Amino acid sequence: MTSPTADASKLLEVRGLRMHFPITEGVMTRRKIGEVKAVDGVDFTIGRGETMGLVGESGCGKTTTGRCILRLEQPTAGEILYDGVDITRMARKELLALRRRIQVVFQDPYSSLNPRMKVGDILAEPMKVHGIERDATSRAARVRELLDVCGLNPRFADRYPHEMSGGQRQRVGIARALALEPEFIVCDEAVSALDVSIQAQIVNLLEDLRDSFGLTYLFIAHDLSIVRHLCQRVAVMYLGRIVELADADALFDDPMHPYTQALLAAVPVPDPTVEANRAFSPAKGEVPSPINPPSGCVFHPRCPIAVESCRHTRPEPRELRPGHWVTCSEVR
Amino acid sequence: MPPLLEVRDLHTEFRTGAGLVRAVDGVSYTVDPGETIAIVGESGSGKSVGAMSILRLIADPPGRITGGEIWFAGRDLMRLSNDEMRQVRGGEIGMVFQEPMTSLNPVLTIGRQITEALEQHEGITRAAADKRALDLLGLVGIADPARRLRQYPHQLSGGMRQRVMIAIALACGPKLIIADEPTTALDVTIQAQILELMKELTRRLDVALIIITHNLGVVARYASRVNVMYAGRIVESGDAAAIYHAPRHPYTMALLRSVPRLDRPRQARLDPVDGQPPDLTRLDQGCAFRPRCRFAIEACAQARPPLAPAGEAGHLAACFRSRELGALAGAAA
Repeated sequence: MTSPTADASKLLEVRGLRMHFPITEGVMTRRKIGEVKAVDGVDFTIGRGETMGLVGESGCGKTTTGRCILRLEQPTAGEILYDGVDITRMARKELLALRRRIQVVFQDPYSSLNPRMKVGDILAEPMKVHGIERDATSRAARVRELLDVCGLNPRFADRYPHEMSGGQRQRVGIARALALEPEFIVCDEAVSALDVSIQAQIVNLLEDLRDSFGLTYLFIAHDLSIVRHLCQRVAVMYLGRIVELADADALFDDPMHPYTQALLAAVPVPDPTVEANRAFSPAKGEVPSPINPPSGCVFHPRCPIAVESCRHTRPEPRELRPGHWVTCSEVR
Repeated sequence: MPPLLEVRDLHTEFRTGAGLVRAVDGVSYTVDPGETIAIVGESGSGKSVGAMSILRLIADPPGRITGGEIWFAGRDLMRLSNDEMRQVRGGEIGMVFQEPMTSLNPVLTIGRQITEALEQHEGITRAAADKRALDLLGLVGIADPARRLRQYPHQLSGGMRQRVMIAIALACGPKLIIADEPTTALDVTIQAQILELMKELTRRLDVALIIITHNLGVVARYASRVNVMYAGRIVESGDAAAIYHAPRHPYTMALLRSVPRLDRPRQARLDPVDGQPPDLTRLDQGCAFRPRCRFAIEACAQARPPLAPAGEAGHLAACFRSRELGALAGAAA
């Protein structure tokens, strides 16, 4: 799914990405008895400076897609071209250089920061690993700068993570991602674990950093209202596939895939009057297992507009409006 | 009609390494028969501890209910013996917790977990309990209930486990169900299914419902009245429509303003609540929201404002400036 706008300066191109995890049995001799098709044929591009949203419910493969891009997983098939180079074939040494350019912010600021390290050491660690800011004084200066950029008092360098609130810890997580001056950051549910009153602070920080440093984000999340706010384009995943991909405004104002429509309808709006006047019936059924996904279109058992052919023909993404891709054979 | 539940000046404390935490610090509210109310707050606001205190499920140590009365159907639950309280829990008051995987017993079948409650509270035979369990699973929309009764929690999806929790909560014909973040662990399409189910069943069976949540959308869709909690106290209380359309506490106002909404045009920038959540071990005599409040004045540092009438009948807010807040917010915007 290549949108014409992204072609001009695309930073990342994912082609036919598949990540199948084996399910094994036995202790002495591990036999493969099946596989989890976590990501099963995903294509998209991200332009330089763009923020791309990747949404879907648990088990849809959005986090695994992010982990493949970070090369924390070795994909089963497909290509991930970063700045024109396929990173799925990179050797260890090349990967180290790549990781200066691609960084990650994780969901849980409690488990992703080492509790035994002071914040200053957490931020200095990536500089040591990558051999930048080699002397301690310049590292300390850079740590203060990073804290300041992320809205934290430089005194926090001497604190431990447990002395900070969740929002402050997530600022440290973001500062650590920035330490190597990356171009591209994968934000995996970066605000999901935070209190409602803190989420907007972190969203604003991510926006400010994007503008100041020209960052490109892959923003993986399940909170659709935050994705709409932050992202220029959005891909919706379901059972390892992208079912719809479009500009954020088009996707939220005019969702075309029946799953996207069900997903948006399920989000309650914080306004009792709006809610009282909204006709609403939740999507039926539950997400099937990715071990044995439905044949044909993976959404057909829950789909309100499915026809006989959906049961056995896997739909391909089609560009129904400029830049608006829908993986459904019935939608026109 | 007297309220079904009346909580009067409830206090619950925890002794922690960092000091004494007044998790619930003088909370009073009522729930009418058949009514759905929401208790909204962020982590540490005391919303869950308050609900657990109603059921007297506070581990002591470190926690202790230090004061208050809880009148439920004509009795003060605080004065009941432990045996009497056990009859209330899961009997007249049902419970649904956030994490169905940890609140169901992993080594008992689904059927046994439902019949256990029935035998314990209703004193009916095993055969009658089995029959009732089958009906209950049907009631909560579980397909093929006979097969599911023989299965274990790990064989069910998250949504189905939460349906089982609801079946258990309903098993003994409760008058009140307390649901603590019942859908937080679930995906959004499943969350919608579970909430619709709870709404439909509590209406049909005339059960009152307390939903404890941090999700402002869930509250708007399902609750008629709302209590907003901050740092162990109710800071605003009233009809859902009044709270959302004319909030009278700066915290509620800031919270509602900070969330992006799918039904509104995209904003250029979000308007966050400033500052950090309160450290409950270091509260002073003033208003706990003061450090984050755009409207704080000298008086706010002197004493904690009481919950007082602020607007339409039944709308209460704990803010010295609640009456002028509408005009102030207009001027600030």
